[in-house]
Formats: sequence, structure tokens, C-alpha cells
Amino acid sequence: MTIPEQASSSPSPSSPSPSPEPLLRVSGLVKHFPIKKGVLQRQVGAVQAVDGLDFDVRPGETLGVVGESGCGKSTMGRLITRLLEPTKGKIEFEGRDITHLGTGQMRPLRRDVQMIFQDPYSSLNPRHTVGTIISAPFKLQNITPEGGVKREVQRLLELVGLNPEHYNRYPHEFSGGQRQRIGIARALALKPKLVVADEPVSALDVSIQAQVVNLLDDLQDELGLTYVIIAHDLSVIRHVSDRIAVMYLGKIVELADRKALYESPMHPYSKALLSAVPVPDPRSKHKRERILLKGDVPSPISPPSGCRFHTRCWKATDICTTREPVLTALKTGHQVACHHAENAPDQAPQSSAVLETAREAIAIVDVTPPAAGAGTAESGGTAPAGTEDSSKE
Amino acid sequence: MTAPLHDTNAAQTAAVDVAADVPAKAIEGRSPWKIAWVRLKRDKVALAGGVVVLFLILVAVFAPLIVSAFGHPPNDFHEDKIDPLFGTPIGSFGGMSSDFLLGVEPVNGRDVFSRLVYGARISLLVAFLAALFAVALGTVFGIIAGYFGGWVDAAISRVMDVLLAFPQLLFIIALVSVLPNSLWGFSGSGVRIGALIVVIGFFGWPYVGRIVRGQTLSLREREYVEAARSLGAGRAYILFKELLPNLVAPITVYTTLMIPTNVLSEAALSFLGAGVKPPTASWGQMLSKAKEYYEADPMFMIAPGVAIFVTVLAFNLFGDGVRDALDPKGSR
Ligand SMILES: Nc1ncnc2c1ncn2[C@@H]1O[C@H](COP(=O)(O)OP(=O)(O)O)[C@@H](O)[C@H]1O
Ligand SMILES: [Mg+2]
Repeated sequence: MTIPEQASSSPSPSSPSPSPEPLLRVSGLVKHFPIKKGVLQRQVGAVQAVDGLDFDVRPGETLGVVGESGCGKSTMGRLITRLLEPTKGKIEFEGRDITHLGTGQMRPLRRDVQMIFQDPYSSLNPRHTVGTIISAPFKLQNITPEGGVKREVQRLLELVGLNPEHYNRYPHEFSGGQRQRIGIARALALKPKLVVADEPVSALDVSIQAQVVNLLDDLQDELGLTYVIIAHDLSVIRHVSDRIAVMYLGKIVELADRKALYESPMHPYSKALLSAVPVPDPRSKHKRERILLKGDVPSPISPPSGCRFHTRCWKATDICTTREPVLTALKTGHQVACHHAENAPDQAPQSSAVLETAREAIAIVDVTPPAAGAGTAESGGTAPAGTEDSSKE
Repeated sequence: MTAPLHDTNAAQTAAVDVAADVPAKAIEGRSPWKIAWVRLKRDKVALAGGVVVLFLILVAVFAPLIVSAFGHPPNDFHEDKIDPLFGTPIGSFGGMSSDFLLGVEPVNGRDVFSRLVYGARISLLVAFLAALFAVALGTVFGIIAGYFGGWVDAAISRVMDVLLAFPQLLFIIALVSVLPNSLWGFSGSGVRIGALIVVIGFFGWPYVGRIVRGQTLSLREREYVEAARSLGAGRAYILFKELLPNLVAPITVYTTLMIPTNVLSEAALSFLGAGVKPPTASWGQMLSKAKEYYEADPMFMIAPGVAIFVTVLAFNLFGDGVRDALDPKGSR
């Protein structure tokens, strides 16, 4: 078992080569969950969980995906790992169309695409020992690792920082963080090329979130992995992502290099998300304001017309309610879907009258750390994450 | 999260996190079954129930030995023990003596102790096999309904609803009256016992089916099922390796709690004359006969009554203990 080839060519995730052949290419991806009613199970509507995604994942990089809960991130992750059948669109892995492959055809590909799940209390079968759980990949793929299954399980346990002698234990004998490590070991057992991590730390104590994120980061360097890491706020993934996709109600509203997104977010929604992230340097004297989005995320069953964000956007104008903005590159490598993007020329200058409702869409909260003592400001950054309701999930 | 992510401290605490709640020696995992066993052992009431259950099973299995040691053949008449004028047993307490431990039956003088011991056989045999039958059907259909959902679930659920609403007692009585005397090489009581097992089991499976279906519905949403799928697992693997091990506990609990219900059903049917055929002894039949003599010979009613009561109570106490041991947080 060797490290995937393309990955070893760019082991440093911080500088992905500009345009290598993408590992994963997604175009026009749609997933609608039908809503059925009555005895005849007639379809009366659909949850438009994912509604037209276009993006690439390049070998060796980490693509972060953020957005409030319910915006379709998990659905996206389950689509690209083909746990769900796409409604429309196309998914290509290493140039091969995998959009509609059946269970049997997908099986060999499962070695290359793996998933880390959100809830470590539900992702491990309570009736299986850790050894059974981590060796399941070998059993299901009919692989005998060199040195035997037990040796390999122990090696994997060690790799994720657990005691290799614990393969006979049961999940309930481990803490949340340890369980997540077990889930990581299982995902890495087959030496995948692409790992999709769906909110890998959001169920964990804040104090151990960093450890698990760091573990993922270290493993990426060691094994040459490519990651798609999903999170509901930017604080978790900001250090590990090379590029970040911001999702809102089933769509990508902004897709940019991490640095570009941090320094000049273009979409108002990204700006609001960013304002909630604690500054890396708490001693910074910059004035900081949090943009609190008011109101709830609209239902994905009947999303707003035009730009889906217009009901909560402070820059919304007439055009936003009628015409849907297309995801376009306004700078190289910086795509955004907004008529009135920030840090960029206005895309629809003809429509300039800000809507009445937009004026009350947000509240601005000053969270500038007290200027006096630098040391005491340490805890100033613990602002609630994301928008109003993103901390629950 | 204010802590800078790349921090040597984090690496150190990671090591602590790993080592913290892990005593160095004990490497053997405590399986959920082991833990349940430890809990059950601490539950004295359940243990007492379990001991009685075990005792009853032994009595049923070794009935011929016990009867030959302490009693008389169950179908032998002892008319010399009967008052020819009233047809009641001679002597107090239904004719109790060192020879006839629980006295004799009115009119024909059969040994009550022997009939009680043999009655345990019928009672437990019917109760256990009917429970197994119900559990087998209920598990298969429940799992299918819960896992596949859609119209399969709708169809199975409707069938279960219908069966649960069915007037089963009337059906069984009607069925018994048309049963032939011999069927597939079984004759007499054999046919009746088989019919009791099938009928009680058949009307019992929807109860198991509902529980298994509900559990499967919630289990299939667990992420470990998704994890198995993402590793290439097929339906059979998910059903048998991922879901079934988690259903064994609720199924075990329901089986132990279903047995006493079946004991009662068998007794009721025998009482109504739809059970095993005389002269084969059964508790319900004894009760039915005893109701004619309850004033003159109350002892004849007390013996099978107490037997049924103790059996049902013991199974229920044991079953409750098993449930608490397997599922301490209630239904999860
Ligand atoms: N299996 C499903 N059936 C119906 N609706 C679903 C299903 N899975 C997700 N949804 C809906 O799709 C939307 C997006 O969900 P999800 O992808 O889980 O969002 P996120 O992970 O961003 O929180 C939600 O409104 C959710 O209710
Ligand atoms: Mg999610």
C-alpha cells in the first residue's frame, strides 16, 4: 500500500499548484429530497437541500466548506462520497464520472473516498470492539494488509494517537475525542485519496477540538491526503483550509483562497460569518465589529427568489429579489455570487436603491477588545461562533 | 476557540487526553453484555425470579423423574381416595397426604401433584415455542419494514395493525373446533399443542414486529450505518452485522416478557376448552375443572392457580431485571 501518487507531488497543503488535474470535479450538483404525502405517496414538494454546486477539489489541498446548519453541507458531503444519489449534475473523481454508479460499481472506489462523521457517539457501532470497527474496511474490501489485520489495526490506532493495545475495547470506554480518533483511523485504513470530514469536531469539547483538527492536519502531511472539511463556522477550519467555499441555502455564494477570503470577503454573508471569528491576535487594536444576521434561515422547501440571501442582506436591492446572481470569478481564484459584492466593482450598478427591509437586516455589535491590558484580552475572543443559531447543531 | 491551533501544548494535552482514562493494565474491553450481566447480578429480585424460572424449567424437563419419585402416574385413577357420596377427596385439604402431596382430583382421584408437574411441561413448552415463533416472525418483518421503509413498511404495518385488532380468542376457539384429530403424523394432544404454539405465536408477532421496526427505524439513521456504506457494505452486511447486534438486547427483553403472557394465554385457552385435550394435564384445564368444585374442594383450584401465578410473576420479575440490565436508561 503506497501513498497516492498525485498527492505526494504536492505534500504541502499551503501551496497547491495552480491548476493540476482536479481530484474531484463537481458540476451543477443538485439534490432535492421529495416530500411525499398521503396514502398514494404523492410528491407535494421538495427540500432543495443542494441546488446547483460547481467546484473542484485539487489533489493535496484542503477545501473548507462553511455555512449555517441546514444549508446543505452534509448533503453535499454525502453526495460526493456517493452515500446519496444526486438528483442532477455530475461528479467526477479522477476524471471518471461517478454520478450514478451503483453500490457494486462504487465499492472499489470506496477505497479512495472516505468520510469522517460528525457525531462520534453515533458513528461507532456500540456493539463492536474498536478492533472490529477499524478492521471493517479490510473485511468489506477483501484486503489483507501486510503484517495481518491485527497489526494494521494497532498501527492505525497508534497513528491517530491511541493506545494500540485497546483494540479489544468498546466505544463506550472512550471519550468523545478518542472516539473521533477511532473514526479517523477507520477512514484512513484503506489509505484513501480524498477524505470528506463532516463537521469532524463540532460535537467535541472546545478544549479538544484543536487537537483533533491538528491531528487531521498532521495526517494530511504524513499521508498526502486531500480533504474536504465541512464546518458551520470559520473558526474551526480557518487554519487548515487552503480554499474555502461558503454555502448558503444549497448554493455556494463564495469560493476563494483562504487568504483572499479573510482579507477581502466579497459576499455579504461571508463577511457576516467572518465577523464572528475571533481575531488570531487578540492584541490587535483594530476596531472589530460583529455583524449579527437577524431572522432565520429561510426554508429550503421554498427558498427566496433571486438571490437566496436577499431576505437577510443589508445590501439587497431590487435586482436581488428577482435575478439570481451567478457564481463568477471577480478576481483570479476568487468566485462570488453577488450583485453588489464587497471589495469589488458593483455588478449591478443600475439597481442601487437598498430595500426597506435590508436596513433592518442586521445588527452591528462592537466587540473591539478593551484597549488597555493586552494580556487580559486573551478571553475577549470567545464571541459566540457564527451567526445567531449556528452554535447549536 | 481562541487557542492557536498549532501549539506544542496541544500536542502534549493530546497525549494526556489519550492516557487519562485508560488504566495501564486492563486492556480487555467490557462488552455491553458483560456490563449487563454485572448489573443483573446486582439485582436480587430479578435473580430470585431467574432462580424460580430455572427451577420451573428443570421441573418441566425432568417431570417423569420427579413424578416417579414423588407421585403417581398423572393419568391413573385413585377412586379409593374419593368419597363415593359427594365425589370429593377423602381427608382434609383435598386429600393431601405424604402419598398424594397436593391431594387428589375430585371424582376420579388423579394425583394433583403429578398433573401439576406435567402441566408445567405443556405450559412452558407452549409459552417458549410460541414466543420463539413470534420473535422470529416479528424480527424478520420488523427489520424489513424498518430498514426498507416505503410501501414495504406500509404493507407490513397495515398487516400488523389488522392482526392486533383481530379477535384472536374467538378465532382460536373456532379454529380448535375444526382441527382434525391427526395432522402430519401428530395426533390428539400433539395437534392441539402445535395449534396453540402457532396461533399464540402468530398473534404475538406484531407486538415484536412493532418494537423491532421502531428500533430499526432509529438505528438505521445512526452514522455507523453510513460509515459501513461508505466502506462498501451491502444490505446484508448492514442488516446482520450492524443492525442486528443492536436489536438483540430489545428482542431478548421482549422475549422474556412475552413468555408470561403466553403462559396466561395457554391457561386461558385451556380453561375455555380450546387447549390441550384431556387426559393430558394442563394448568388451565385443571382450573377449569376446579371451578365446579371450588366450594367443596378449594385446594384443587389453589394448586394450578398458584402455579400459574408463580410462573408468571417469576418470568416478569426476571424479564424486568433483564430489561433494566440491558437498557438502564429506559428505552434507548
Ligand atoms: N434524508 C433527508 N430527507 C429530507 N430532507 C433532508 C434529508 N437530509 C437533509 N435534509 C434537509 O436538507 C437540508 C440540508 O440538510 P443538511 O445537508 O444536513 O445541512 P447541514 O449539514 O448544512 O446542516 C435541511 O433542510 C434538511 O432538513
Ligand atoms: Mg450537517
